[in-house]
Amino acid sequence: MLAAIGVESTAELFEQIPAPLRVDGPLALPAGMSEAEVYERLVELASRNVDREEQICFLGAGMYDHYVPAIVDAITQRSEFLTPYTPYQPEISQGGLQAMFEFQTMMSELTGLPVSNAGLYEGPSSVASAGYLAIGATKGRRRFVVSHGVHPQSRETLATYATGFDATIQEVGLDDGLTDAAALAEAVDGETAAVFLQSPNFLGAIEDVERLGAAAREHGALLVVAVDPMTLGVLKPPGECGADIALGEGQPLGNRLDFGGPSFGFFCGSEELIRRMPGRIAGETDDVDGRRGFVLALQTREQHIRREKATHNICTAQALNALAATIHLAWLGREGFRELGELLVRRTAYARERLAAVQGVELLHEAPVARELALRLDAPVEAVLERCAERGIAAGYPLGREYPEYEDGLLVAITERRSREQIDALAEALGAAIQAEHGDSVANSATKSPGAPR
Amino acid sequence: MTLAAADYPDELLYHDQHDWARLEGDEHAVLGITWYAQDSLGEVVFYDPPEVGATIDKDSSYAEVESVKAVSDVIAPLSGEIVEVNGALADTPEKINEDPYGEGWLVKVRLSAPGEADSLLGAEEYRKLLDG
Amino acid sequence: MIAEAPMQGERAETIFEKSKAGRRAAVLPDAGVPEPPLEELIPAKLLRAEPPRRPEIAEPEIVRHYNRLSRRNFDLDTGLYPLGSCTMKHNPRLNERVAALPGHAGLHPAQEPKRAQGALELMWLLQESLAEICGLPHVSLQPSAGSHGELAGLLLTRAFHADRGEARTKVLAPDTSHGTNPASVTMAGYEIVKVATDERGGVEMDDLRAKVDDEVACLMLTNPNTLGLFDENIAEIAALIHEVGGTLYYDGANLNAVMGHSRPGDMGFDIVHVNLHKSFSQPHGGGGPGAGPIAVSERIEPFLPRPQVVRREGDNGSGPTYDLDFDRPKSIGRLRGFQGNFGVFVRSGTYILSLGADGLAEASETAVLNANYLKARLAQGRAGKYLPVAFDRHCMHEFVLSGKPMKKELGIATLDLAKRLLDFGFHPPTVYFPLLVEEALMVEPTETETKESLDAFAEAIEQILTEAEEDPEKAKQAPHTTPVRRLDEVKATRKPVVRQPLD
Repeated sequence: MLAAIGVESTAELFEQIPAPLRVDGPLALPAGMSEAEVYERLVELASRNVDREEQICFLGAGMYDHYVPAIVDAITQRSEFLTPYTPYQPEISQGGLQAMFEFQTMMSELTGLPVSNAGLYEGPSSVASAGYLAIGATKGRRRFVVSHGVHPQSRETLATYATGFDATIQEVGLDDGLTDAAALAEAVDGETAAVFLQSPNFLGAIEDVERLGAAAREHGALLVVAVDPMTLGVLKPPGECGADIALGEGQPLGNRLDFGGPSFGFFCGSEELIRRMPGRIAGETDDVDGRRGFVLALQTREQHIRREKATHNICTAQALNALAATIHLAWLGREGFRELGELLVRRTAYARERLAAVQGVELLHEAPVARELALRLDAPVEAVLERCAERGIAAGYPLGREYPEYEDGLLVAITERRSREQIDALAEALGAAIQAEHGDSVANSATKSPGAPR
Repeated sequence: MTLAAADYPDELLYHDQHDWARLEGDEHAVLGITWYAQDSLGEVVFYDPPEVGATIDKDSSYAEVESVKAVSDVIAPLSGEIVEVNGALADTPEKINEDPYGEGWLVKVRLSAPGEADSLLGAEEYRKLLDG
Repeated sequence: MIAEAPMQGERAETIFEKSKAGRRAAVLPDAGVPEPPLEELIPAKLLRAEPPRRPEIAEPEIVRHYNRLSRRNFDLDTGLYPLGSCTMKHNPRLNERVAALPGHAGLHPAQEPKRAQGALELMWLLQESLAEICGLPHVSLQPSAGSHGELAGLLLTRAFHADRGEARTKVLAPDTSHGTNPASVTMAGYEIVKVATDERGGVEMDDLRAKVDDEVACLMLTNPNTLGLFDENIAEIAALIHEVGGTLYYDGANLNAVMGHSRPGDMGFDIVHVNLHKSFSQPHGGGGPGAGPIAVSERIEPFLPRPQVVRREGDNGSGPTYDLDFDRPKSIGRLRGFQGNFGVFVRSGTYILSLGADGLAEASETAVLNANYLKARLAQGRAGKYLPVAFDRHCMHEFVLSGKPMKKELGIATLDLAKRLLDFGFHPPTVYFPLLVEEALMVEPTETETKESLDAFAEAIEQILTEAEEDPEKAKQAPHTTPVRRLDEVKATRKPVVRQPLD
């Protein structure tokens, strides 16, 4: 090979790098290892993570311990889906492109909006991306009005991106767990590019999006609604509530917890917004012989063609994770998806009743919930969580981390993997932990006597 | 019907950024893109017209024409106020390819500085520019 | 007349079209709790009247559908994929095995750090490795892809200048830059200014000097650049930008050329993004997931996204612990949820452990060797005549050819050549990029291709060009044997159909 190139050694090929910039000696990294040794290392690292099989997981806050059927891995691990690049040559990428088309159809159905892209990175950055779209769509308005119930990570990501957009953010507070409608109406004006809501919100409460959204419509601002996909089997979709954009964290559909990623963000919009959509979009067409096929449509929106005027800078997204979601949804099917939603609602209702009856536990709000509920504990939350962890239960997410006004708050998530028995065990563990914190010596599960004030 | 060969009507005036102007009376002109421009772009899929009443400036972009693989700025050969836009192109943007000087017209303007026409090229000069 | 290839006869049917009422795959657990009507739990106006329309289909049919669909894809495990700047190297399967370990895959992102020490240590190790490879001490793993890293770098630049009381407006980038660069610039609120390329393929220094002023916040470069050439002026370029107080940003797409041989930090870059789905073997997945971690210099460190993974030395002889540090007052904040694409970190971390210092340097060396060899092969025969290299010097890990003579003399464009390559079982190189080269063909073989594989590719090109001398129609009508042939992209864009109608 060297002869063909016309050099004596590979070193000559590196001579184009000026000598002072050439690394002298090996990098200060360990030498390579055999596959078996590397495997052992990774197993050892994994052993120091307490995962969902070792601890009953009531943690939610955007990512949930759902059961993902075995066929998802079987299909996504296939070379033909795992290893190709983005489908720039559509003739040999019909598998990937059709999968995107199916995904887009699934998400459009889920959200009730006609146009879906093929996915973005995850939930919070999708919210920020909607902000970028809104600025363009409203011809340069630069205010965002955001409910305090939107996921704190989404709000923070939007704020980070907003420094680049030169946009300001006004937050609207909550009233008993739900967005304060009057405050929202007052905050929205003719300079507002978009109003951001989330339903169910971070406290698990289901918002009345249709009613809240009126303020946006009145002032010509876009209504952006972040949603939990698993609840859309039973909850009214944003598209039927006046939303212009519906988006969210896609992890519950077909994806692992994976300590937070990779997952995907779904992003759906109205027909009018199609040319402003970020990310890849697969479209149907025919080939020269009339065969049905799929291509990347509307590529002139994208960075590789539009460059500085692109609707977004995204290139590599989360295609394989979107495929996993598509397979999971196909497996659930029409009936299964609805049944799963109903199951979540009923188990959450049961959990709510059971947990509120525990001594030292109160509901943080009484708004309707679907799969996540917020409690107030009569003992330091982190200490209670530690005690529950020792019993093999991750009892929930401490709200005080991002909501200092709810320092005593705990967010408990329900999935189809959280059985009645596990919910009962959680109730017992919480009760015991709270009592232990109060210095009680008897660690029984405690229930309040009927009629006693809460 | 696509124009088989390059065509640059003699009665039009041309801008070196591949746009044409047809003067109508002293104060008005119809504008569009030349055969060369539509050929380079490929099949047009989308045209987003400016608003009636908008001001356009000579040598500046006033609209965009999109094909599958590219987006092109449309440069104004003359300055003025837009009095009419070709709304039919929303449904049939391919007219820009098929009939760039006729049904593919883009906007009609009321000129703010008719003298600018003197700086434009005639058909012969424009053809020379393309060959060169 | 080319016969219809087997898959061409199969009409593409979506999963929805295979639906039959009453069929299902999922069996869900019983509720085990009271089952009142939903209206008793949630007000009716908040409930959905009809469930979303989903296919009704049993498991065996789902598996068949996606299996058959997958076969309509060409993939890296099947053949050569010489896409320039994409670094399509082999994806080791060990990575998949370890990523699937429950301790990694089943770990909730909000798990207490003390119960996620394995994950945080892995992230720490990856950070340290990338810092060493890049020659910059501080790393954030948060960005989810290269473009995300670019946006991060520009927002860091903005914060850096704001901290010094300045608000600059412009960012410079070469005319050969990847489209994500200018797109990111606009998202970060800056104006892009293009810098010309000289006849050696590097930055045009006079043009750069003319454009560098104190309105310039940053210069974005990749080195080697998208022409596969190392810019010998890099030290001077760095000095120019730093003199006016700007930051120098490195697009890590081409890092595969220099791992263990040269480090962006040493070249003078302040901020580097690394594409884990390029140099670090994360599978492309048909368009992601990937990750775009950033490595930054000391002066940029305070602004890094929140949270950062930190290591704390243990006291009294106990080992170190790892944590997520949110206490970063000057941080630009978050760019996404939780900690980033951890599953990708597992895979790339495994790759780096497998290769080690020696392996990484060898990977780059072989990548550069393979590219130069293929370039030399394609300088011979008809390829040499019709597809001359754009810049005639040793390339690094990729090179760019121009199809201009081919178009002029044979009447076939780079696009036609690419489509005809599909019939020969190869994925074509990147086409029509960079914009600087007419009828461009950007070729990056990577180090995981054998000499035989490269020879086969060169022979296929030769065959196609020979064929085109006789009969250019073959290439112009190509591909002939793929599951579908050339698709009507105009129709797809004029009247977009982006979902299945279900009415």
